[in-house]
Amino acid sequence: MSQPLVSIKKVTAGYNGTPVLKDVNLDIFPKDFLGVIGPNGGGKTTLSKVLLGILKPFSGEVTFPGERPNIGYLPQISHIDHSFPVTVKDVILSGMATPRTWWKSLAKEHKAKADNLIRKTGLSGLANKPVGELSGGQFQRALLARAIINDPQLLVLDEPDTFVDRSFEGELYSLLEQLNKTMAIFLISHDIGTISSMVKTIACVNGSLHYHPSNVLSAEVLKVYNCPIDLIAHGPVPHRVLKNHG
Amino acid sequence: MQNILSLFEYQFFQNALMAAILTSALAALVGTYIVSRKVVFISGGITHASFGGIGIAYFFGLNPFLGAVAFAIASSLGIEWISTHGKIREDSAIAILWSLGMALGIIFVFLTPGYTPNLMSFLFGSILSVGMADIIVLAVVLLFTSLFFVIFSRPIVYTAFDPEFARTRGLPVTLIRNSMAILVAIAIVLSIRVMGIILVLSIFTIPQNTALLFSGKFSGIIKGSVLFGISGSILGLITASIFDIPGSAAIIFVLTLQFLISKGVAIILRKRKKTRKSSATGEEKNSIHEPHIKE
Repeated sequence: MSQPLVSIKKVTAGYNGTPVLKDVNLDIFPKDFLGVIGPNGGGKTTLSKVLLGILKPFSGEVTFPGERPNIGYLPQISHIDHSFPVTVKDVILSGMATPRTWWKSLAKEHKAKADNLIRKTGLSGLANKPVGELSGGQFQRALLARAIINDPQLLVLDEPDTFVDRSFEGELYSLLEQLNKTMAIFLISHDIGTISSMVKTIACVNGSLHYHPSNVLSAEVLKVYNCPIDLIAHGPVPHRVLKNHG
Repeated sequence: MQNILSLFEYQFFQNALMAAILTSALAALVGTYIVSRKVVFISGGITHASFGGIGIAYFFGLNPFLGAVAFAIASSLGIEWISTHGKIREDSAIAILWSLGMALGIIFVFLTPGYTPNLMSFLFGSILSVGMADIIVLAVVLLFTSLFFVIFSRPIVYTAFDPEFARTRGLPVTLIRNSMAILVAIAIVLSIRVMGIILVLSIFTIPQNTALLFSGKFSGIIKGSVLFGISGSILGLITASIFDIPGSAAIIFVLTLQFLISKGVAIILRKRKKTRKSSATGEEKNSIHEPHIKE
């Protein structure tokens, strides 16, 4: 087996001295598709922030056994100011920034890449519109384009199914499936029904983390994991949450 | 008309005009950041806190504007720190800073023996007493701020729009935001000379909101604010001289008038666009439904 992209070891993390995550271990390998579920306040987003390096853990470590991977990030849309005066294209291009080039002006090929993604995410014609004129779903697509424009090896998505418009939902999931051919995906979701059809493995996060090496869950397993969430199966994508009964 | 033209011959009026133009341009840049980030209230706190610096500087016989700059920068960085690390309610912290600054200012001004400075000029500005030294300082700061905004335009927007994402892309978010906090503090204190503590926020917010009616882009708002801010302050200054009223108050009046007129224009433009759109779709509908009606 190849070496992990990211290795989280014995991490305890939280805010203002209060831990949300306790003693968490997790390896993410290239082309993994990890679904992260758990109750609100259980630490899903905290885990993603530790992974992204924007929250320093109280203890434990996050290491990159190979070269430090390029990580794309789609935050929860409700955390971002939807009325900020910035155009769709500029938002997407902000995903091109890197530690060494953030102050440089953008190359032509970057702009072409942004145009390509604007088409791919169904935002044609909106490139020069301020994000304030977009619907919640369109705004989220722009943020998704921003997350993937720099061809990351790992894509972190925080509840992308919250605001996505129904017309784009199917496209979003097929896009993720396609992206998964070249990058690992860490997908936080409260909608277990939707994610179980796509993910390869599942992590239950509720203070601690329980890794489930398959995409089929049962109520019993969730109980063992202390992961009090509903197993509701709905949505337009074919999926399997509960084990088939013979 | 002759009277208005003769105004421009006076040195004090030329200075005032120059100061108004430079201050408006500086406020256009920095104000766009303040309005976009929705930190107008924070800027109010910084403005009023700086009065504490003025009072203390007077008491110790130092340059009051250096005192104001020191207080403004300290409070600006302090609030920036509280908003990222804080365990205190941010809005309450701002209100405390706001009133504490004013209280310190008034205490030290009263404690200063002998000559007490004209408080009115600090509170409401004294544009007609601006000297050449003030203008040179304003010009240098404006030049530096413009360069900063041109060179770092993208990082400024990225870190203001979504600091967390910017951090994941490796941008030095804290450095950029602290640099902006310092620029905001300096710009506010320099503008106090022209507009006064109580009125200064107007030139950092009104032209920007007028510009917002016509542009949804950070750079577009800067350009619009430069246009509305400079034209408004020149008109305000002329109005003030004609009616012999305080310059800062007249400038605010003109800026607000600009905003209201622009709002009206924007509403008319939007309505016209809508009727054009609906009449276009209406025609389409008619062409579809006509055969049905005939049947």
